[in-house]
Amino acid sequence: MASTVVTHTPAVLNYLEEKGRHAGILSWVLSTDHKRIGLLYMYTMFAFFGVGVLMGLILRLELLTPGPTIPGFTANMYNAVFTLHGVIMIFLFVIPGLPAIFGNFCMPIMIGARDVAFPRLNLLSWYCFIVGAGIAVLALFTGQGFPDTGWTFYVPYSLRTGTNVTLGMLGAFIIGWSSILTGLNFLVTIHRMRAPGMGWFQMPLFVWALYATAWIQVIATPVVGITLALVMLERAIDVGIFNPALGGDPILFQHMFWIYSHPAVYIMILPAMGAISEIIPTFAGRTIFGYKAIALSSLSIASVGYLVWAHHMFTTPMSLAALFVFSLLTFFVAIPSGVKVFNWVATLYKGSIDLRSPLLFALSFIFLFSIGGLTGLANGALGPNLHIHDTYFIVGHFHYVMFGGTGFGLFAALHYWFPKMYGRMYNERLAWYYWALMFVGFNMLYFSMLILGMEGNPRRYYDYLPRFQTWHVVSTVGSWILVAGLLMMAYNFIRSARRGAPAPANPWGGVTLEWTVPSPPPVENFHEIPRWEGSAYHGFEKLQRRRSEAQ
Amino acid sequence: MSTLVGTHSEDLPEHAHAPAHEHRDDTAAKIGMWLFLFTELMLFGILFLVYAVYRSIYSEDFHHAALELNVALGSFNTFVLLTSSMTMAMSIAALQKRDKNLSMVLLLATIVLGALFMVNKYFEWGAKIHHGLYPASEHMRTLPHGEQLFYGLYYTMTGLHGLHVLAGMGLLSLMLYFVVRDKIRPDRHVMLENSGLYWHLVDLIWIFLLPLFYVTT
Ligand code: HEM
Ligand SMILES: [Cu+2]
Repeated sequence: MASTVVTHTPAVLNYLEEKGRHAGILSWVLSTDHKRIGLLYMYTMFAFFGVGVLMGLILRLELLTPGPTIPGFTANMYNAVFTLHGVIMIFLFVIPGLPAIFGNFCMPIMIGARDVAFPRLNLLSWYCFIVGAGIAVLALFTGQGFPDTGWTFYVPYSLRTGTNVTLGMLGAFIIGWSSILTGLNFLVTIHRMRAPGMGWFQMPLFVWALYATAWIQVIATPVVGITLALVMLERAIDVGIFNPALGGDPILFQHMFWIYSHPAVYIMILPAMGAISEIIPTFAGRTIFGYKAIALSSLSIASVGYLVWAHHMFTTPMSLAALFVFSLLTFFVAIPSGVKVFNWVATLYKGSIDLRSPLLFALSFIFLFSIGGLTGLANGALGPNLHIHDTYFIVGHFHYVMFGGTGFGLFAALHYWFPKMYGRMYNERLAWYYWALMFVGFNMLYFSMLILGMEGNPRRYYDYLPRFQTWHVVSTVGSWILVAGLLMMAYNFIRSARRGAPAPANPWGGVTLEWTVPSPPPVENFHEIPRWEGSAYHGFEKLQRRRSEAQ
Repeated sequence: MSTLVGTHSEDLPEHAHAPAHEHRDDTAAKIGMWLFLFTELMLFGILFLVYAVYRSIYSEDFHHAALELNVALGSFNTFVLLTSSMTMAMSIAALQKRDKNLSMVLLLATIVLGALFMVNKYFEWGAKIHHGLYPASEHMRTLPHGEQLFYGLYYTMTGLHGLHVLAGMGLLSLMLYFVVRDKIRPDRHVMLENSGLYWHLVDLIWIFLLPLFYVTT
């Protein structure tokens, strides 16, 4: 059959128009097309993100003045709201994160495949996500309301509280399956479905990042699954494993929780770093500096990341040797992140920089992530840790990493790939305006938290001493500015998805495979599987040569 | 989908007319299954870790508590599961040799052996519960902490394992249906092989549970 003529009609429908077997909403929720699944994830995740942001706003408003601020808002409600905020942001937003949206949408195209290895399993993982999220929502409205334990569910309090901890955990447990199945699917896809000629070191760096992430998803997630299951069991039938009254050890819970949850921070950040590694070369018009170093640093972050979990527990009883080793390894794991930052900066050096909104967001990613990473080292050092443990310094730090890092990385990716997803451009000028609002608001909101933490304001508190008020006011005003920017961004994308100017196949001059297919891509991406030659970003080499000849 | 004829004939010689989402790659299916087994190993691995922690703290209590478990019944169940792994492997071999009937019989035998294991388990747990040995029972509260934890882990780990046996039996029943319906055939049996892998894993975990709980003393 090899010699059969290609009978493809050139006018293939794109994935947004295609009708398939079902009509209307069913054509989406029953679709196994990786691009549609990517959008399904995106819509649901952004809906939850909106709710999470609203919760954050409420928290910040309550903290505007010392003592009660919002009438009728009690300390217990504050506890439930920060738990809900944390659970939503972690389990429903940053953990699925870029892999669920852009991994699904772009990765198969970037490696020259028609879909992922197991398309139906892919849809199933979206359903796990939805069912898990639904159960978590149920926990809000039934029993004694949403858990008030914080997103970390620490025992023994989570064993004792009358709130709906079991239901909340069951939700997180099922969402875990979604993460595992996505990771499994991506690993097999990347191993088996790369275009002919595309070796491991010819893959785009975003794909490398997804690959490293997928390993963490597959190997680490079951650990939190069983940990949550044990707490649920403990609440139901008192097996005793975490219950000090029965001889169990609550600290063991913290170990098991962080054995997953530290690697999970790399599930959040690695894919964002991958997206940045795509955006920077495109807008610098030159091939990435240190391709192999970036690819391998993803893998080394993923592996060393397993060995540092106890830096969340420096104030629990641990031997001095253990403290020392965990602290040292925490410093080690910062090295590969530093390698990436230097490589990105080196890529920009002497590039012909085209400063547009994706790059703008990418550059702010580098800035904000660097603050997050460096404050992380302060947390990881034994001395300072005792001082800042459980203060606002921690809250500031992880928002810089998760929101400044993953969040801004995700926004950068959205500005970069949006034209591909919808075949439309957004308003570039508007993007600059809201970028400015977001950047300023963000730093007001969270830098104040770093200062508050240094001064000793503890986290997860409904109230604070009057002397802390100045920075709390700055922080709350910052949250308003930030959210104004977020709303403008939402407006820009929602409007442009329908009414933006048509996007060309390659609006930015990218050289990876997704820019070779039309925007939006046809149903099965390629009607002929491409053949790949040369390095991942060899397209830029030609460009660079032409440029240097012109000089 | 016939529009795709011949477009990717290089990678997919036999099934070139299938659309992308139906293309068949047995190696991919197997890699996927192995990855899934990794996740199961992590799941149980953490429980083994918890066991190790508490056993090192309360080794004496663990020793005493383990004396209560019925070694004969545990060994018999081990024998049952090992035999079922054998019939499972033989069922796949039979299918590959195109003996569909034998394959079906062996698959059925595997499921029945799984059921036998669960029945034994039922009596074993039943006897314990009858003696008041279950989490949070009054009798349990009079025992030293280490013994309580031993039983807590015993019920958790053998319970989770039992759930896996049940899931495996469900999976194998589905496979049996597929073999009957010729959806699994000598030339496309990767699903059966993968189910076999799962069954062997369940067996393997039991092989660790047996010494840790029954013959630890
Ligand atoms: C406008 C956006 C946001 C605002 C105003 C905000 C504000 C806050 C505040 C005030 C707290 C609680 C401080 C305390 O009492 O300890 C908090 C906690 C938290 N936030 Fe945010 N946040 C925002 C976005 C995000 C994002 C994007 C993420 C993750 C990607 C995130 C993750 C978390 C987590 C994990 C906690 C800890 C909850 C806990 O203590 O259990 N937040 N946030
Ligand atoms: Cu950590």
